[in-house]
Amino acid sequence: MATYTPSTPIGSAQLGRGGAPPVPPRGGGDDGNSSGSPNYGARLRRARLGLICAVATVCMVFISLTSAYVVRQGLPTFDDASRNYVRDWGEVRLPFLLLAINTVLLLVSSITIEAARRDAARQAALAPVKAIPGISLGDEKRFPWLGITVVLGLGFLLGQWLAWGELHNRGFYINTNPNSSFVFLLTATHGVHLAGGIIALLWAAITSLLRKPIEARRIVIDVTAWYWHFMAFLWIYIFALLAFAR
Amino acid sequence: MVAQDAHAHSAPQGFIRKYIFSLDHKVIGLQYFFLALTAVFVGMFLSLLMRIHMIWPGVSLPLVGEIKPETYLSLLTMHGTIMVFFVLTTAPQGGFGNYVLPIQIGAPDMAFPVLNMLSFWTTFVGFVVIIAAFFVSGGAPLHGWTGYPPLSALQSAGPGEGLGADLWITSIAIFCVASLMGALNFITTTLDLRAKGMTMMRMPLTVWSWFITAILGLLAFGVLLSAGILLLMDRNLGTSFYVPLVVVNGQVLGHKGGSPLLWQHLFWFFGHPEVYIAILPGMGVASQVLSTLARKPIFGYKAMVYAMLGIGFLGFMVWGHHMFMSGMSPYSAFAFSILTMCIGVPSAIKTFNWLGTLYKGRIRFHTPMLYAIGFVSLFVSGGLSGPFLAQPVLDIQLHDTYFVVGHFHLIMGVAAIFGIFAATYYWFPKMFGRMMNETLGRIHFFITLAGTYAIFMPMHYLGMAGQTRRYSQFTEVAYQAKLIPLQTFITVAAIITISAQIIFVINLFWSMFKGPKASDNPWEATTLEWTTTTPPPHDNFGGVTPVVYHGPYEYGVPGAPRDFVMQNDPATVSAH
Repeated sequence: MATYTPSTPIGSAQLGRGGAPPVPPRGGGDDGNSSGSPNYGARLRRARLGLICAVATVCMVFISLTSAYVVRQGLPTFDDASRNYVRDWGEVRLPFLLLAINTVLLLVSSITIEAARRDAARQAALAPVKAIPGISLGDEKRFPWLGITVVLGLGFLLGQWLAWGELHNRGFYINTNPNSSFVFLLTATHGVHLAGGIIALLWAAITSLLRKPIEARRIVIDVTAWYWHFMAFLWIYIFALLAFAR
Repeated sequence: MVAQDAHAHSAPQGFIRKYIFSLDHKVIGLQYFFLALTAVFVGMFLSLLMRIHMIWPGVSLPLVGEIKPETYLSLLTMHGTIMVFFVLTTAPQGGFGNYVLPIQIGAPDMAFPVLNMLSFWTTFVGFVVIIAAFFVSGGAPLHGWTGYPPLSALQSAGPGEGLGADLWITSIAIFCVASLMGALNFITTTLDLRAKGMTMMRMPLTVWSWFITAILGLLAFGVLLSAGILLLMDRNLGTSFYVPLVVVNGQVLGHKGGSPLLWQHLFWFFGHPEVYIAILPGMGVASQVLSTLARKPIFGYKAMVYAMLGIGFLGFMVWGHHMFMSGMSPYSAFAFSILTMCIGVPSAIKTFNWLGTLYKGRIRFHTPMLYAIGFVSLFVSGGLSGPFLAQPVLDIQLHDTYFVVGHFHLIMGVAAIFGIFAATYYWFPKMFGRMMNETLGRIHFFITLAGTYAIFMPMHYLGMAGQTRRYSQFTEVAYQAKLIPLQTFITVAAIITISAQIIFVINLFWSMFKGPKASDNPWEATTLEWTTTTPPPHDNFGGVTPVVYHGPYEYGVPGAPRDFVMQNDPATVSAH
C-alpha cells in the first residue's frame, strides 16, 4: 500500500523513483564549518579541483602538439631533385649544456616551492593558535622560499631565452626546418605556461602585502606549487621529446 | 556553510558591478544569453543574404552590395563560425548552464565567480574580434568554419585571407580560452558545490548534460587552441606544419612539406566533440521539460545518464568520419565508420526514453513542451541521416552536397536551437519573473517547426540529386540549374522562418516587462530552481542552504498529496 507520511524525520528520506536509492545527505562540502567564517578547507579543495581541470587542459594542449610533432616528423615530402619522397624533418643542434642548467634551475625551484607550500600550510595551521591573545610561538626565522622560487623561475625563463639566442647563433630559426619550428613552439608554449605560474606567485606576494589572511594566501601558494611541479614535469617531458625523438 | 563561503561576494550595489562586471552567475548567464541572441541574428542575416543571392544572383543586397563568389564564401564562413561558436556553444552552456546549474544543485554561485566573469568577457572580446573581420581590408575570410589549409594558411590565397583570417583565428583562440575557463568552472561547481543530499544520481539531467558538455569542452578546446597556434605560425612565421609546397599565381611560396591533413585531424578531434557540446544541453533540457510537462518521471533516468556519458565518450573517437574524402586508409575509415554508427545506440536509447516518458503522460502542451517535442522530432530526422553519412562509400558520394548541409543543420543547428527555445520558454518565468505569451509562443513554434523542415528536408533531395554545396550560384551549370526551383522554395521558406523569429523577439521583450507575473513554480516542477523565489535572490536561496531528499523527476508518486514531489520536500513517500 502506498501511504504518504508528511512528518517523517529528515534522516530517513526515501526515494520514489527516477533517482538513486536513499543516501545520507552528503556532497556539496563545507559541512564541518558552521561558524560563518570562510571555510578555507573547502576553498582549498575546490581550488585543487579547479587545478586538476586546468592541468587536464594543458595536458591536452601538449598531447596535441606532441601528436603534431610525431606526425610531422614522419611525413614524406616529394623532392624535386631526386624525384623521390624524402623526409624533410631536418636537424637542430640543441644547446644541451644550457638546457641542462635550466632543467636544474627548474628542479631546484620545484623543491623551493614545495618548501614554501609546506611552510604556508604550517602557518595556516598555526594561525588560529597565534590569534589567541597572549600566545606567542617565538620569533621564527622565515626563509623566503617564495622569493627564491620566483627568482629561479625567472632564471629558467632567462635561460630559455639565452638558449633561443644560442639556437639563432647556430643558424636555427623558427622556420629553418620543421624540427626547429617545434623546438621554438614547444619551449615557448611551456614558457608561457610557466610565466602564468610566476604571475600567480607574484599575486601571492601581493596578497601578503595586502595583509590577506594566511589561509587565503596558502590556497594560492598550494595550488601554484602543484601547478609548478606539473610545469617541471612537463619541461622534462619536452626536453626528453626534443632530445630523444629527433 | 556553502552560502557564506562560495558567495563571499555580497550583493553588489552600483550599476556596473551589478549588471556589467557582475560576479553573479545569474547575471553572467543572461549576459551570455543576450550575446548569443545578438550573434544568432547576425548569423541569420548572413544566411539570408546567401539564400537570396543563390536565387537572384544579380541582385544588389543591403550592406554588402553585389555578391561576388568570394563574398559568398565569406558570408558562409562567418555564418558557420558565428553560429557554431557564439550561438550553439554560448547559449546552451554559457547562458542557461550558468544561470540554472548552480541553482539546480543548490549552490549559491559558481565555484569561481571571478573566473566566470572573465570567461564571459573573454567570449565577448572573441565576438568583437570576429565581427571586426568584416571591416578590415580584404574583408572576412573565406575558408569555411572548418578553416582547412592551405586556403586558410596562406595570406595570398584570397581576398579575405589576409588580416581577416588572422582575426578569425585569433577570435577562435580567444573563444577557446574562454570556454576552457567556463568548463573548468562548471566541472568544479558540479563536483564540489552540490547541496546536501544532491548525489550525482539525484542531479537533474540538465545538470548532467552541462557537466558532460563541460568535460567535452575541457578536453576538446585545448586541441583546437594548439591547432590554431600552428595555423597562425604557418601564416605569419613561415613555418610549414600544414602547408606543402605551394604555387600561387606562378609564385613558389616558402613553405615545404607540411600536411593539410594534420589540421584536419586536430580540427576534427575538437570538431566532433563540439557537435555534442552544442546538442547535449539540448538533450538535458528536452528531458527536463518532457518529464515536467508530461507529469511523469523521466523514463530510464540512469540509462539517460549513461547514454549521455556514452555519447560523450564515443564523440572523441569518431573524428575521422569527417575525413573519408581525404584518402585515408580504408581500414581506418572502417574503424571510424563502425564507431560512428555505435553512437546510434545511446542516441536511440535517449530517443526511446523520451517517447517512453511521453507515453501515457498527462501532457500539458505549453510552449516549452512543444519545443521539447520539436527537439525530439528534429533529433530523429536529423539523426537518421547520420548512419548514411557514417558509411565511407555513401559519404564520398554525398560529402560535398547539400545532403550534408541538411543533415548537420537539422541535428546540430536547429535541434540545438529548439533546445535553446525550450529552455528560454521554460526558464523565462524564473529569469524575469513573468510568463511569456502562450499564443505568440505557439504561433512561433508551429511556423518555426514547419519552416525548418521546409528548409532542410529538401536539401537532402538536392544532395542526392548532386547539388554541390559552397557554390554561390547554380545558373552556370546546366544540370545544377534544373534544381534551382527547389532552392527557390528553400529561400522562400527561410525568409518566412526568419521573419517568424520577430514574433519570438517581440514575445521575449514584451513579456519581460508586460507579461503576467509568474509564481515561484509555474510549471509545478520538482527541481531546486523552482523552490526559490522568482526571480531568485542574489545568493539563490536567501541564505538558506537547501537539503535534497528526492530524485529530480518524482511526478505522480502514489500517495503523495500533489502529483509532484519537490527535491527538497522533507516528507517521505513510503514504499509501495
